[in-house]
Amino acid sequence: MTLHIALRHRFAGFTLDVAFAAPAGVTALFGRSGSGKTTVINAVAGLLCPDQGQVTADSVTLLDTARGVNLPPHRRRIGYVFQDARLFPHLTVRQNLLYGRWFAPKEPGVSLDRIVDLLGIGPVLDRRPGALSGGEKQRVAIGRAILSNPRLLALDEPLAALDEARKAEILPYLERLRDELHLPILYVSHAMAEVARLANTVVLMEAGRVTATGPTADILSDPATAPGLGLREAGAILTARVGAQDDDGLTRLDSAMGPLWLPRVAAPLGARLRIRVLAQDVMLATVRPEGISALNILPARVRDIRLGDGPGALVRLDAGGEVILARITRRSAEALALAPGKPVFAILKAVSVAQENVSADAATSPALITH
Amino acid sequence: MTDWLTPDEWRAVALSLRVSFWATLFSLPLGLVVAYALARWNFWGKQVLNGLVHLPLILPPVVTGYLLLLTFGRRGSVGQYLDQWFGIVLAFRWTGAALAAAVMAFPLMVRAMRLAIEAVDPKLEQAAGTLGASRPWVFATVTLPLILPGIIAGAILAFAKAMGEFGATITFVSNIPGQTQTLPSAIYAFLQVPGGEADAARLVWIAITIAMGALLLSEWVARGVARRISGQ
Repeated sequence: MTLHIALRHRFAGFTLDVAFAAPAGVTALFGRSGSGKTTVINAVAGLLCPDQGQVTADSVTLLDTARGVNLPPHRRRIGYVFQDARLFPHLTVRQNLLYGRWFAPKEPGVSLDRIVDLLGIGPVLDRRPGALSGGEKQRVAIGRAILSNPRLLALDEPLAALDEARKAEILPYLERLRDELHLPILYVSHAMAEVARLANTVVLMEAGRVTATGPTADILSDPATAPGLGLREAGAILTARVGAQDDDGLTRLDSAMGPLWLPRVAAPLGARLRIRVLAQDVMLATVRPEGISALNILPARVRDIRLGDGPGALVRLDAGGEVILARITRRSAEALALAPGKPVFAILKAVSVAQENVSADAATSPALITH
Repeated sequence: MTDWLTPDEWRAVALSLRVSFWATLFSLPLGLVVAYALARWNFWGKQVLNGLVHLPLILPPVVTGYLLLLTFGRRGSVGQYLDQWFGIVLAFRWTGAALAAAVMAFPLMVRAMRLAIEAVDPKLEQAAGTLGASRPWVFATVTLPLILPGIIAGAILAFAKAMGEFGATITFVSNIPGQTQTLPSAIYAFLQVPGGEADAARLVWIAITIAMGALLLSEWVARGVARRISGQ
């Protein structure tokens, strides 16, 4: 299913003007607080009626101000997961989960058992929301939205109110939903790590406008969009398969650019992974370095260089079909005489890739989390 | 029981219970609508409605009773048509006593309900909408269960207030033994005759018992429902 969105709405001192398409898979709306992300999904869900706008889900028109079409929220079938869970306090977890079932069209959807299993909420089914932890509440909210049999899942920063440990607890569940349910997901976030792990498509927003949109790997490795993402967060996404689990605790990953060694990745042999390599963790050399502790030395070729306003430079590299982004200083770029087409070696310390930046990649393989 | 209270006294107690019961029952739906409107809607004349609802609370009860007489009396602006068209007469009947009690208790009921409605997070109702529930369903499945303690508290408070209503009642429907003589009117009547204190005292005890019972009941019910919906 493809969602087409075109909206124009004027607030006091702020104008939203966006148009983009969200193809199947996870589409992340990424941008700083106040860039208009939540306004967009509120308009999609029918919680806000924009001055002008059009929202269509395949052939179904949810909103078309020009033709006076504005379906009320309960007829749009958008499974909305709010930042603050919003579970019904007077109902048990089970009743909360089944709430949307009363109103959903009577067609086969995902079963309660499947969702309970997928989200790991079996032990709390008979409790009330007041007795749940933040992470459990959010998982129940996600399950409740899915069980209402929606055409689309809209998540508004579902992890923002949680601490790091809870985030790490929920992210694998979201990956499983993405890979196993094939439900289109609109995901609002201002956390690059979440977007890098989950999204197939990224819509970059700034001050009420879309500044870039495209496949996640392209957007994240594009030096032009990096300033908008935050330089410290800039980094490319690689895909690789688990090749071997070595005895000394390292995992060999096979990718298009050659083998890559990382600290132990808990995934079965052959599993497809998505690895986010931060630009600031990549060093460049014009000759293959020797006598160096870094394990990963990857031959590559400079594609382009983007100089910023400050002392930094972002270098995009081609490495056997994959893209690597390196953030170095302008002085180094000049000293090494980097230019498009020049062969270089990208150096990556194995330990610099944090566990949270390694995740399961879509559908094609057993998921990272296995039971 | 019957030799403890004279038939007239017994009738006064029974009448008070009947008047309060019907007064509460009939004001419940109207009170809910008005409380919801005041809590949630913005409309022209909202402050006027709010003032009207609260007027009986601040007016001297005798004024309210007199206004009821002017409006719902046999020749009143509304009362004459009620009589002509429907044959309904309120003045000097127990139904009139129920109307007076309802009007006097209405502000208390609306206040309790309004507070309960304002305490419900509209975000929960929004969430219910995205899950496919239309407005009426959202009200029935989310709003109503959450405000139930407020409705019960408001109803019991209104009942207790109706039991004690005196000024407006005696002005509107007088003090006819067996017909419009409620518990407070009966107490008042006893105190008007020399040596009636002992008879009045018995009724006073009954009034205290009923009021206290209603109060405890409302606390107990509200606590139970609050525990159920707090999500624990």
